[in-house]
Amino acid sequence: MDYLFESIRAAIELISTFDGEIQKIVWTSLYTSFYAILLATTIAVPSGVALGLTQFRGRRVVITILNTLMALPTVVVGLVLFGIFSRQGPMGSFGLLFTPVAMITGQMVLATPIITNYVLSAVEGADNRIINTALTLGATPLQAHMQLIKEIRFGVMAAIIAGFGRVIGEVGVAMMLGGNIRNSTRTMTTAIALETSKGEFAFGLALGIVLLSVALFVNLFLNLLQQR
Amino acid sequence: MKFILTLLMTVTLSTTFIPAVEAAEHLRLATTTSTENSGLLAELLPPFEQANNCQVDVIAVGTGKAIKLGESGDVDVVMVHARSKEDRFINAGYGVDRRDVMYNDFVVLGPNNDPAEVKQTANVVAAMSAIAQHQATFVSRGDDSGTHSREKQLWQAAQISPQAEWYLEAGRGMGEVIIMAEQRQGYTLSDRGTYLAFSGKTTLQVVSEGDSRLFNPYGVIMVNPKKHPHVKTELAKKFLDFLVSDQAKKLITGYRRGGEQLFYVQ
Repeated sequence: MDYLFESIRAAIELISTFDGEIQKIVWTSLYTSFYAILLATTIAVPSGVALGLTQFRGRRVVITILNTLMALPTVVVGLVLFGIFSRQGPMGSFGLLFTPVAMITGQMVLATPIITNYVLSAVEGADNRIINTALTLGATPLQAHMQLIKEIRFGVMAAIIAGFGRVIGEVGVAMMLGGNIRNSTRTMTTAIALETSKGEFAFGLALGIVLLSVALFVNLFLNLLQQR
Repeated sequence: MKFILTLLMTVTLSTTFIPAVEAAEHLRLATTTSTENSGLLAELLPPFEQANNCQVDVIAVGTGKAIKLGESGDVDVVMVHARSKEDRFINAGYGVDRRDVMYNDFVVLGPNNDPAEVKQTANVVAAMSAIAQHQATFVSRGDDSGTHSREKQLWQAAQISPQAEWYLEAGRGMGEVIIMAEQRQGYTLSDRGTYLAFSGKTTLQVVSEGDSRLFNPYGVIMVNPKKHPHVKTELAKKFLDFLVSDQAKKLITGYRRGGEQLFYVQ
């Protein structure tokens, strides 16, 4: 049990000193997750709204597929995108493998089904007269949809938080597509994996505590936004 | 809508204000977990990076994967330790300009009480036979790494094909395998560098060493620019020259972990 106490001490030390390397690691985790969620949200919110409002043949199939995609293993996403981004792959000439761009893409793929699903349930749970009411009151279709999104903003926020939670804590995509490069693509999770492989359990766990604290602050921040 | 906009702005603003600490040029180096986990690269790379205003991006994987990354052109340079694989890599035209960088040796690690009595064996092949005979737990890397290839060669030399319950194929890096071997109180083959880096973190002991079949040379190879034109030939060449320079030799032989030297140069 000694090592648990030692990790907590190491975590406190890490947070209090917060040296350049840790800063860079935390920052890499944060900005890749943010961009991934940003991109995922721009895809997922319209898709979720559209799927929630329209009726068409095969809709249940689409929803089942979406639900299944929520279970997408991170290493599978990593593998597929590895093949695409590798120099031998279709997008090889851009040299994107082992860059933050590759990581962001992978994390976006992971987050999109989750956010879509959350938004979809929010739309289905919302009063479906909102759009018609807005339209009769003279709103343009775009304004009417915006009104709907405004109504379900808590659902959208929950979607973003769930997506963020998925990507900031995942290690498969970050490791395979980022490569855990020091000062470049090393995130909190890949750093934890590295420290574990070096037998530095206490330091690894300390990084885990830092990760949780960062997630806590991000969620507090999102919560604050929600209340405005 | 407002909160989404605020969120958007916060992110974009914060990303623009964080100064980009990107160095001028990046050199991609695929290397083995043993060189990275031992801590050697952290000593070796900064002088080169400063002298050439570049950043060496280290991707630490097993030898097998490092060579694959070289074949597909996803890295500029590979530094590995499996001579047969390196030769195949070069003969197939994927790599050029191989240099001998350094060497150390492999050791067989085992638990304190040495249930297979490996310490009494005369050489490493006899050691492997003893482990198999006693059906003592042996943790294999099982990840196509340099250490894994060497282990397979040793089993072959002992005319054993280990496929039984006592033989665990971990499929993980050296550090993890040392930890696993300790937890299962089994034997394993490790490079000395990683073992020394784990001194104080493991109770496993060296039970067989010193055999010429345990010699472990590391080579560095540039990815062939004829196959992959985007390879940073000039910087890669400088890096190769640096690794065999007197400055690098001094750093390599001067690197100590727990008072012991981890790597040697010819």
